[in-house]
Parts: sequence; C-alpha cells; structure tokens
Amino acid sequence: MSEMGLWQQFWYYMTHNGSYVLEQFSRHFLIAIYGVLLAAVVGIPLGILIARYKKLSATTIGIANVIQTIPSLAMLSILMLALGLGVNTVIVTVFLYSILPIVKNTYTGMNNVNRAVIDTAQGMGMTRMQQLFLVELPLSVSVIMAGVRNALVVAIGNVAIGAFVGAGGLGDIIIRGTNATDGGAIILAGALPTALMAIIADLLLGWAERKLQPHGM
Amino acid sequence: MEEPILAFKDVKKVYHGGTVGVEDVNLTINKGEFVCMIGTSGSGKTTLMRMVNRMHDATSGEILFNGKNIKKIDPVALRRQIGYVIQNIGLMPHMTIYDNITLVPRLLKWSDEKKRAQAKKLCQEVELPEEFLTRYPSQLSGGQQQRVGVIRALAANQDLILMDEPFGALDPITRESLQDLVSDLQKRLNKTIIFVTHDIDEALRLATQVVILDNGHIVQHGAPEEILQHPANDFVRNFLGEERLSQARAELSTVDQIMLTDPVTITMERSIPEAIKLMRQRRVDTLLVVDGHGFFKGYVDIDTITSHYKRATSVSDLLSTDMPTLQKDTLVRKTVRKMLNRDFKYLPVVDDKQKLLGIVTRTTMVDVVYDTIWGEGTADETAADQEGETTAPAAVHEGK
Repeated sequence: MSEMGLWQQFWYYMTHNGSYVLEQFSRHFLIAIYGVLLAAVVGIPLGILIARYKKLSATTIGIANVIQTIPSLAMLSILMLALGLGVNTVIVTVFLYSILPIVKNTYTGMNNVNRAVIDTAQGMGMTRMQQLFLVELPLSVSVIMAGVRNALVVAIGNVAIGAFVGAGGLGDIIIRGTNATDGGAIILAGALPTALMAIIADLLLGWAERKLQPHGM
Repeated sequence: MEEPILAFKDVKKVYHGGTVGVEDVNLTINKGEFVCMIGTSGSGKTTLMRMVNRMHDATSGEILFNGKNIKKIDPVALRRQIGYVIQNIGLMPHMTIYDNITLVPRLLKWSDEKKRAQAKKLCQEVELPEEFLTRYPSQLSGGQQQRVGVIRALAANQDLILMDEPFGALDPITRESLQDLVSDLQKRLNKTIIFVTHDIDEALRLATQVVILDNGHIVQHGAPEEILQHPANDFVRNFLGEERLSQARAELSTVDQIMLTDPVTITMERSIPEAIKLMRQRRVDTLLVVDGHGFFKGYVDIDTITSHYKRATSVSDLLSTDMPTLQKDTLVRKTVRKMLNRDFKYLPVVDDKQKLLGIVTRTTMVDVVYDTIWGEGTADETAADQEGETTAPAAVHEGK
C-alpha cells in the first residue's frame, strides 16, 4: 500500500469501498436535506410573517443571528447533551444553521416586492392569501431560493462534523482517515465527495433559482 | 333623480397618533361624473379616494356606494366592483399583459372565453395591438403600460374607477394622449371616475366636477367653470393662479357681467323729433326701442331717420327689428364672434322674456381684451394669445 502514490491509494480505496462511500454519500446528503427542508418549512412562513408584522423582524432575525455565531462543533456538543448521540442531533444542528439564511432571504424577498404592485393587488380585490400566492411569493421566490441554496451548501459542510456525534455520513470516512496512519487517501475519499456534493447542490439550486424567476422580470 | 353612485356623509379620518386625514367631508357624486380631487400634498385627497374602496376606513361618518354603506360590504367584494389605477402603474411584472388585464375577471372566476373576449375588446378600445397580450409589462413603454393599467381597471365592467395621480410619472406628450383616452372612455362608456391629481390644468381639463381640498377639508366643489368664475377663497384663488383666473374671466364671463346697464332707450309712441333730441343729448346714433314695460322691440338709427323722417311721425314707424339680441348668460367669447362677424357696433342684452337689460358695445369688448392683457399687470403668454384672437377681426373692420 505504502508504495502507492496518494492518488493511487485514493483510487484503490474508492474501487474497493465504493459502495460504502456511496452509502455514506447518500446518508450525508439526506441529513443535510432533512435539516434544510425542516428549516424551510419553518423559516419561509416565519419570514413571511415578519415581513407582514415588521415589529417581530428585529427580534427574530436577532435570534437567528445569535444562533449563527455559535461554532458548529460547540452547537453539536450542546445539542448532544440534550438529544444524545445520533443523526437527530445533526439534523437539528443543520436546521438551526439554516434558519437564518432562509428567514432573512424570505424577509428580504417579500420586502423587495414593489409596494405599488401590492397596493394594486389589494386595491383590485385580492384576498390576503391571493396577494401572497399570486403576487408576493412569485415575485420573491428566487430570493427565497437563494437562501435555501446558501443554507444547503453550509449544511453539507456541517453534516461532515456530525460524524463526531455518530451520525455517519462522509464525515465518518474523514475521521477514519485521520485515525489511520498515512490516512491521507481516506481523508480524501471523504472530503472530495463532500466538496463535490456541495458544488453540485449549489449548481442545481442555482439552476432552480433561475427557473423559478418569473418571466418578464 | 337617479341615486348617486357615491355619497360621503360627515366623513372623517383620523390616523393613529391623532393626525387628521380628512374631516367634515360631505360630497355626492352622480353617475357619469368625472370628479377630480385636487390639493397640495397632505391635503387628504388620496386619503379620501382610498376610503372609497376601503384601502382606508373612515373613522366616522359613512360612505354610500350605490346607496349602500360600504362598511357593510366585504372589502374584497367591494374592490372588485371598483376600478383602481395608481401612479406607479402597478402592473404585475410577472404576469403577461393578458393576465394583467383579466386579473379581476379571474378573481371573479369568469370563463376563459369571456376573459379572452373582454381582453380583446379592451385592447381595441385603446388601440393596443393584440399581440401585446402575450408580452410582459417590462417590454412595454411607460405610456403603453399605463394604457394597460387603465383598461385593467375597466376589465370587470366596473362603473366606478379610482385613479390616483395616474399620469404623474409620464412625459407631457404621453400624459396628454392618456388624458384624452381616459376622457373619451369615460364619456363613451359612461363611467364614473374619481381622479386624484395635483395638476390643476389636468383637473380643469378632465373634470366635470372639481373638488379642492386643503388640510383635510373640502374648500370648494363645483364644475371647473364655476370654480374659475367664483373661487371660494384666497386659497382657491392662489391654487388656480391669477393667469388662469384672468383667462377664465375672458373665457367664461357672461355678457351681463360686462354689459352697460344704461342703454339709451325710447318707447314706440314717441315722436321722431323727440328721438333726435335724445340722440343729440346722449351723443348716440341709435336708440333702442322698448315698450312700456321695458321689453325690447327693435332699434331706430340716424340713417333711417334722415332718409324717412318726413313720412314718419312716431318711432314705431321707423322701427328696425333686424338686430339680434344677446341672452344675458351668453359667454362673452361667443359674443365677440357674433358682433365682429356680423358688423354690429352694439348688441342689446335681454333676459329670457326679451326684457332689455343693457347693451354690449365694441368699446366694452375693448375693455375685456384690455383686462385680459393688462388687467392683472402681467402680459403673459395666454393673454397674448387672446389678444391675437380678438383684436384681429376688429382691425379688419376698421380698414373698411
């Protein structure tokens, strides 16, 4: 083994443990997705809410900002005390980190919709819900998507650390590599797919963002 | 009488913090009126307009739409019955022109065929090519966009349309063509329009009724001519500006305002010598002939007397009746034409029962023209226009 170069070793590892890497890859991805989806389910309505009731916005965004400042390893450890080892702790961590970009972007997106457009929508007789679904959301969806995209990329990075609390994922492979003598190749086998996943996720959501941008804008 | 489409009764609006938006508003708007609400910023004109479709709710008083208190109508249902056009156009940027025009019909769940037909019809009304229907607002010019904004407000056959400074952001030429368009649509389709503006020329041009607001109160309300002729107070006078007022005086004053009230008259049964004596006394060449009750009968002039006095005994024998009369409420500007075109030096002014009230002479016309030009001490552009208009025919006459 040791007479092989780093890349050869990496290749060797991948060919022999391909299915394992793939399994961790999908696990990693799912943890990130679950966390972000959960954050979107909570964050988008929250963003809409604080855009309507501006008084709530400072507090809400303030709290989300504070959460963001906590280092991820510290966050994991704190949550681990409450939730124990395992995948749930990581999902909650991802959720907490995703809240800020999603809420903030939703809030910005909603606020950036032209006042005149909302005024006419209301003045022409749209209900609150029609204003939201026919006007405000279509016009702010790409900004909201940018927040989700941001959150997902950050989440993929954070999930790698999640291996410390036994959640698995590509972080598991990286830790394996750090524990082995001359484990550079193994570290790569964990790190490169993580980076790849982040890049692909970013590209895909970027594409979705453009697709969701309404015509005529 | 038909029920007014809109009536304000003691309407008052107080904002949070106690600022009074509007107060003591009593106003009745009949169907088919073009009402311009005008005032400086902060006068409450927009507030008043926005109360109609409950974008603002009145603090006290009531607003009746077709006789029904709007507080008893669901705001959403109310707004779908009232067209709404705002300054910043407010077209939905993510919807095609078609979707924009048929927005309210869509909310009202019209069928597709009905919506399509309506959109096509409205495009024809304002001469927008039909292929615009598939475009997006950003692909249209500002003027075209506001055209769409206007027809969108008509799409669900709304009878009442609210417009909040709709043409404020457009260049003067586009603005003028849109003013013509709206004015034309309003008359043709018999719509009632409430139009908020701060441009007095726009208001005078479009309105059948002008409502002038200051500090939340209606200062004056009436037809444009009425307001120009009888501004209620100094605020209105300042608002209209001296230039428009003096122009209006010339344009809109009636003959009874400028006539001489002591015409030289004679009754029918007087003798010719008496008539000549009177002429000499008063230095005139014509006498207006009236009966015993002051009703106008005709005239007798020195030409007729010199050629026929031997055969005549009384004024009635030489009476000429070919002189047209002016009704007392005829506009002066029409009189000028009548007088100059037909070579009369003077015209008698009568009321509707032919009772003689006074006389308008060419000299009186000179006074009017003089007032227009120099009356208020400013020889502005408009007055200069007027000069060219009224004195030119007179010069021709003198040359004869």
